[in-house]
Amino acid sequence: MKIAIASGKGGTGKTTVSTNLTSLLSEKSAVVLTDLDVEEPNSGLFISGEKICEVDKYKMIPEWEKDECILCGNCQKVCNFNAVMKLSKIIMVFPELCHGCYACSELCPTNSLPMKPKKMGELKHFKSGNLDFIESKLIIGEEQAVPLIKQTLDYVDENFPDKTIKIFDAPPGTSCPVIEATKDADLILLVTEPTPFGLHDLKLAVETMKALKKDIGVIINRFGIGDANVEEYCEENNIPIIAKIPNMRKIAEIYSNGELLYHKIPEVKAQLENIITFISEYQQENTL
Amino acid sequence: MKILLTAKGTEWDSKMDPRFGRTEFFFIYDEETKKVDTYDNRAIANEAHGAGPKTAQKMSEYNVDILITGNGPGGNAASVVKQTGIKVFVGAGEMTVKEAYEAYKSGELK
Repeated sequence: MKIAIASGKGGTGKTTVSTNLTSLLSEKSAVVLTDLDVEEPNSGLFISGEKICEVDKYKMIPEWEKDECILCGNCQKVCNFNAVMKLSKIIMVFPELCHGCYACSELCPTNSLPMKPKKMGELKHFKSGNLDFIESKLIIGEEQAVPLIKQTLDYVDENFPDKTIKIFDAPPGTSCPVIEATKDADLILLVTEPTPFGLHDLKLAVETMKALKKDIGVIINRFGIGDANVEEYCEENNIPIIAKIPNMRKIAEIYSNGELLYHKIPEVKAQLENIITFISEYQQENTL
Repeated sequence: MKILLTAKGTEWDSKMDPRFGRTEFFFIYDEETKKVDTYDNRAIANEAHGAGPKTAQKMSEYNVDILITGNGPGGNAASVVKQTGIKVFVGAGEMTVKEAYEAYKSGELK
């Protein structure tokens, strides 16, 4: 079963929920946590283990070979991302803009743009008892998160059976990386905070997940601040609120030390158990 | 010298566009023939990525010697501009096209 922890707004507590939930689940069964926020992964600050795998990840980009090129400019015409440019006598490729679609390469009449591998990031796999933790990270300068997220998801699919519970810490927002990180998930848990900003971005995230036809549940973090509008919105739209993590100074202090919360804060543990109950009921209803 | 200025309009009195990649117009002045040519680049607003190289590629078709703009091209556009050998002068973002041209002529732009 695949569960993605997403949010819309950044900084609402995706990683806090992902890491604490995974760790608590691992006390009873095997669980895999994957950090898909490849632009700035941070689950690894809270989860440790023995490194069992480290691999470089590559994307394919075209490289211009001038000898046979007739400078027809077809490559520039077919590129939707302005990653290939024909100047008067040369073809320029911008690897960071390239989405690796192969169009310029395949449609070149003289095969002057062969695709070559370019390193885009690294994947690391750690293990500690029942808990497997995987994180991928783009190298500096790389703009395209989607290809690395896709390859990370492939790694998880290849290495773990379907039945294992897999938690995915998604990137914030509602753009391409979030779509890639959530599109294969069975269930999406949206973490929000009870503020106007939190509600605004929650609505965007809910609309995105509805378009993807996903089942969703909402987790309110920092419960106690702001107003009741998030709760009202969820009620009006029949979205289950499955946990309310209280706003406490102590949570921020423990988080700042890179530690998990539920060992020290029973209120957090109780809310995580609500999430686990929701997940197991969902699993039974959908025979996952 | 053929000079290209990034502009918000097509007149000598038009404001300069401080942006290179997302400039609204090219204002092109040929000092030899005294002729002005313009190019409407506003469709660039539809490009989510790669506006810089695309505009730089368009500029390269005009065979200009000098580019006058506000903030200067970003990384990708700059690498195209470098290939074309066009000399770049920046700091004219708050001027009109006419003021920018005069500032260039008097050596006030860098």
